[in-house]
Amino acid sequence: MIDPVLHAWGWEIPVYLFLGGMVAGFMIISGYFTLKGHHKHSDFSSFYLPHISLFFLSAGMFALFLDLEYKVHVWRFYTTFKFTSPMSWGAWILLVVYPMLLLNTLVSIPKSFRNRISIFDRISDVINRYPALVKNIGAANMVVGAVLGMYTGVLLSALAARPLWNSAMLWILFLTSGLSSAAALVHLISPDKTEREVSAKADNGFLIFELLVIVLFLVGLVTSTRAHKQAADLLLTGPYAPVFWGFVILAGIVLPLIIQLLAVNHKIRHTPVAPLFVIAGGLLLRFVIVAAGQASVIP
Amino acid sequence: MSSRYAMVIDTAKCVGCMDCVVACKTENNVPEGYNRDWIVQDVRGTWPTLHMEIRSERCNQCDEPPCVETCPTGASHVHDRGGVVLVTKELCVGCKACIAACPYDARFIHPDGYADKCTFCIHRVEQGLDPACVAVCPTRCMTFGDINDPNSQVAKLLTSRKWHTLKAEAGTKPSVYYLT
Repeated sequence: MIDPVLHAWGWEIPVYLFLGGMVAGFMIISGYFTLKGHHKHSDFSSFYLPHISLFFLSAGMFALFLDLEYKVHVWRFYTTFKFTSPMSWGAWILLVVYPMLLLNTLVSIPKSFRNRISIFDRISDVINRYPALVKNIGAANMVVGAVLGMYTGVLLSALAARPLWNSAMLWILFLTSGLSSAAALVHLISPDKTEREVSAKADNGFLIFELLVIVLFLVGLVTSTRAHKQAADLLLTGPYAPVFWGFVILAGIVLPLIIQLLAVNHKIRHTPVAPLFVIAGGLLLRFVIVAAGQASVIP
Repeated sequence: MSSRYAMVIDTAKCVGCMDCVVACKTENNVPEGYNRDWIVQDVRGTWPTLHMEIRSERCNQCDEPPCVETCPTGASHVHDRGGVVLVTKELCVGCKACIAACPYDARFIHPDGYADKCTFCIHRVEQGLDPACVAVCPTRCMTFGDINDPNSQVAKLLTSRKWHTLKAEAGTKPSVYYLT
């Protein structure tokens, strides 16, 4: 008998969702630092983090571009706006994200970057003349970042044909995971000790919340229809269980959480192992959810 | 009332000969390795109380098509005539959101890069012909017509016989009906 040939989403979509979620986390963190005026003391979160975001987001969009089967038609995303299509929302949201990130970089230009491009210095001076504007840029970055993070989950959860994705918890999970990965990267690379300490503490909170969200996500599926229960089984006991339990939950959340809890309580020294595991766990979470979701069907 | 094209397939008559598959590939120049329609042999129950159904499956031309809703560019759309779901390949970016959204896995990416699927052979229907699969079926198990016309053969079959649709719980209101 003949079945249709299916083309599924490959590595590009999980990478795009991971990088998009991480950038969402960066925007919320850097927006918070700008909103609270911390950019005056540390330019990492307000200047370098948005720059890193621009790079990560562009890399994510490139992965999305690679996934398109009709690449020369990519501009078609911007010839219409489909209210019912999360992918259309995403395409337009990304257009808002870029200027927001650029504005945040201009709030705090580090001394080493001053007097390089005069127009940027002038814009930065104008922005800093109005403290309310600086706060609004910070708040706007937080809001747009949150929308971006939610979108990465909504993109999948709107597809009711795939029971695993069809959960109202998915956007919360991806947003929390994005925040967690972003905090982990700040913890890993920020030159500012206070920022690293704050990020590690924040990440512990995100990881605990992420665990709770995963539990609720699975409980929601298991207590729903047969299709949803079968979808949950793919993660709980099925072919994706080893990666889900071993790498996403244990190595990606529980282990780094224990290490970071000990570190922030000064029992052990901070180690790059924990944030690296968190970031890898966030990436694998997207891979597992995207792959298992495509394997889940309405029977 | 506007027309609503539907296909009614008598599973008691279908023998799974795959003439419909071959006719579709020929009529629509479907590339090798891809199919717009296919045959499913569905066996249910436990021995000795078994029930087998042979079905010719395809895009269900849903009345509430998730593929159309999720398409970001408007390439997937509902045709004015008969509510048939079509893809304008010039608008398609090949993002595969429609493939993920379809509960019937009825879509595929054409080697030229756009989403492709059954069109109910709308180019034939507009000339007053049946879809190719219906036209060639040797057991006459497939009937095509306007379900909103109470005098049509499809409407009469659905009022006189027991039928089911695929994955009705998905809520997409399919337009392909299977007589049991």
